[in-house]
Formats: sequence, C-alpha cells, structure tokens
Amino acid sequence: MSEREATPELTTESKLERLFSQGHFVVTSEIGPQKGASAQNIITHTRESRQYCDGFNLTDNQSAVVRLSSIAAGIHVLQHGGTPIIQMTCRDRNRIAMQSDLLGAYSLGVRDVLCLSGDHQSFGNHPTAKNVYDIDSIQLIALVKKMRDEKKLVNGEEIKHEPRFYIGAVENPCGDPVELRVMRLEKKVQAGAQFIQTQTIFDIKKFEHWMRLVRDAGIDRRVNIMAGVLPVKSLRALKFMKENVAGMSVPDELIDRMSQAQDPQEEGKTITVELIERLKKIDGVKGIHIMPVGWEAVLPEIVTRAGFLPRPE
Amino acid sequence: MIVAEPKSLAEIAGYIKDAKKVLVMGCGGCVTVCLSGGQKEVDILAVSLRMLRAKEGKPIETVCETLERQCDKEYVEKMSTLLEGVDCVVSLACGVGVQYLAERYPEVLVVPAQNTKFIGGTTEHGIWEERCGLCGECILASTGGICPIIRCSKSILNGPCGGSSDGKCEVNPDTPCAWTLIYEQLKRQGRLANLQEVFPVKDWSKSRDGGPRKYVREDVLL
Repeated sequence: MSEREATPELTTESKLERLFSQGHFVVTSEIGPQKGASAQNIITHTRESRQYCDGFNLTDNQSAVVRLSSIAAGIHVLQHGGTPIIQMTCRDRNRIAMQSDLLGAYSLGVRDVLCLSGDHQSFGNHPTAKNVYDIDSIQLIALVKKMRDEKKLVNGEEIKHEPRFYIGAVENPCGDPVELRVMRLEKKVQAGAQFIQTQTIFDIKKFEHWMRLVRDAGIDRRVNIMAGVLPVKSLRALKFMKENVAGMSVPDELIDRMSQAQDPQEEGKTITVELIERLKKIDGVKGIHIMPVGWEAVLPEIVTRAGFLPRPE
Repeated sequence: MIVAEPKSLAEIAGYIKDAKKVLVMGCGGCVTVCLSGGQKEVDILAVSLRMLRAKEGKPIETVCETLERQCDKEYVEKMSTLLEGVDCVVSLACGVGVQYLAERYPEVLVVPAQNTKFIGGTTEHGIWEERCGLCGECILASTGGICPIIRCSKSILNGPCGGSSDGKCEVNPDTPCAWTLIYEQLKRQGRLANLQEVFPVKDWSKSRDGGPRKYVREDVLL
C-alpha cells in the first residue's frame, strides 16, 4: 500500500505502470505459447528469465496460428513469478467474448493488456477461417478504458467489479506514410493507451524520424513509448524480415554485416545490443521491448550486455 | 451490381445428373452486365451440357430462356409455361434469382450455375472489384467515399492496421490499403480532422448479423 500512496496518480495495480511512474527505464520481453496443450516452454522461460525483464508479453495466436491461449499462458507466467502482459487481438473474438475474457483475466491476476488488430488469418494455419473484427484495436483500447474508468461495458451497462488494466498498444514507426502512423498513434493515446510497444526496429533513421514527429505532437509526454527489438540468429531470418514482413525496414548495412559475420548468432546479438544502445538514448523512449521470437534463451545475455541489470522490484 | 462467377461445368452437371430435360434460365439483370448469366452464357451452358451428356450416352434436352430479372415475381411468373416436362431448372442468376425460382416452383429442382461473389463494379473490361459490404449503415460521408468495411481486409474503422505498407494491404500486394486511400482522399480535401476522432464501435445488427433483413416502405405499399 505504501507504494500506491506514494504514487497516487496510478490508475492500476500494474507493476509496469508503477515502474514507469517511478522513472525507471522499463524492459519487457515476449513468450510465444506453443501449438499444443503444454505450457512447459512458458514455465521454463519464466523461471529462468523473470529477473531479466519487467514483464512478458504473451502472444495471442501469433501469425494467426492456433496456440495455447494468451490468457492461460499469462496465468502460467503469474504462477511462476513473472508479470504477464496479455496480448488481445480483434481477429478471433467479438465484443462479447473479449469483455468476458478481460473480466476473467483480471479475476485471475492479470493487470496488463496489449490491444492489437491481429495478423490476418490468411497468414496462419487456418486460412479458410472467418475473421471477426467486430471491433478494431482502437475501439478495444477505448473499451478497456471504459470498463476501468467508467465501470461500464461497451454497451453502457454498469458493472460492479471493474477490471483495472494498464492499457498497452502497438505501433509501426517504419510504416509509410509516417504522418498517418503518428496520427494513428495519437488516436490510440486519445482512446486510452498508456504504453506503446513498437514493431521491431532495425532502421534507426526511420525510427528517429517517427520519434521526432511524435515529440513534435507532444505524444511522448502522454504515453510511455517502448522501442521494439528482435534479435536475429541468421542472415536468412533478417532477409525474411526485410522481404516478408509488411512495413519492416531493414537497412542493407545490417544485411551486409550479417552476411559477412563469422558467427551469425554472435553478430545478431551484437547488432541487437547496439540497436538498444542507440534507441534508449532517443528522447522520448521510455523502455525497450525485446522480442526473441523462437530464441527466448538469448534474453539474459542481451539484457546483461545492454546494461539493464539489476531490474527494479 | 451483383457480380457472379460461373461454376464449373462438372459441378453443374453433377447437380442434374438424373435430369432428362432441363430449363437453363438466364437473368437480364446484373449477371448479364457482368457477362456471366445472360442469354449468351445460357446458350453456351446449354450446348456444353448437351455435349457432355451425349458423350456420356445419356442425352439431355434443354430449354433456354432469359428472364428480364429473376429477382422479380412478375417475371418469374411468366416462366411457368416453359416448365412443361422439365425436371430441373439451372439458374444463371445470383443467389436471389435462384431462391425466387425455388420459392415460386417448389415442385421443381432449381440449382445454381453461379457463385454469387459480391456487390461491385467493373474496373476494366474483364475485371470486377467489390465496393460495398452491405453493412446497412453507410459511413462513406466520413471516409472520403471509400468503404473500409469491405475494402479493408479487417473491416477496421480506425485504420490503417500495422500490416499496411506503402499503401498496400499485407493480405495481397495488389490490393490498395483502404485506409491509406482514405487518408490521401481526406488530405486532398482538407478534411484530415475526420481521422482524428475515434470512430465508435459499429452496430452490426444492421448488417447480416441481425438475421435476414427486411425493408418495408409504407408509402409505396399497395
């Protein structure tokens, strides 16, 4: 309680919100639940890495591939001492199911939610599925805020026990046109987003340009922006990102570095640490979100080399 | 217009394999305009079915006709004289026409010869594109005349999503991102302020989610 009294402006019991408000540079990471009924990877990674970051995103059927649910995964993280940030996409559930799941997740101890549109089902393992998109990601942000601040469902009905989530959203700083990206970020903040995790950044120049526009609009003072990084293991992985991920900008210089590397894994780590060094110095960046997709074991080394230890309690 | 795409000959032949005499019925409305279900297509389909069945040693008799519109009871009524000895009707209309025929002549098997695809228009000869999602509550006034409901792969109302890149949709690089189009249009018109407000959740009960829709106009009821 003493902490809450010391920082009365907090809207939730979220650890992330508290760390941001105390001025810490926040570090989050990500765990991808598996395509099966086992949480072993989640449990192992939480136990081994919880002291290396302030929270773990749990992806919601990432790439539109069926996996263990993000909320269930989040509960495993909680049970093993980690802080879960559940991702919620608008692809698979309507407003009835989403509100129900938000109530359920909060009742189980989840305090942080990240609102996204979700990858289109045509990219996943059920391309013949019907998508939902009853509401979009910005409407989801507004819905979570309405539940918390007005104690109302999206239809206006009052609820007795409101879920008090710290609300996150994503943005892609390298997507064009960049002015539209900044405008949409502002809309997310207006809807209620309190922290932003960006898409993976490889192109510092593009990110700096976006960040300048964000600062000019004063958005960085209204929301905590975390720059996203993704450690790559190989030239192939980096090329894949460049060629196949929409809105991803990978400078040729990085491709050259990876192609000339004696030890691509080591080079991938070094590139990531260097990117973090540059990103954290950019005015308005309040944290780093590390996405070690399929390479969770690399997290401790990246965080250690980036000088982020020890993590605050 | 309603845009429809002919089914394969094999699929249509499969529906009518027990029939000896079929009425091949075209429609003079949208499907004639989109070159898939008018008199010309009726004649081609009838010939194709007769050739196929002759080859199989099970000849079939065809009667060919095209109604002004199959979605109009007045015209559907007129075809009753053509049904003499017919044990199956192959309709080249959209799904509405097929159902109007099936409702009026319940004793006869009516089968579709087309897949009804969407409401759209021709962008160039031989190419049709979807333009309206039939959501029942048109928002084009605030989106620069570009419909995000049907032209955005996710039907989002506060776009674009993170999958938009260089004005293209992540789902198909040939598809323009509807929200980039909307942005450019509103920018051109000096109405970008439209995009700054959060578009509220949509009432989908006015769309198909409310069940089959019915529209009654008291002023024109007889």
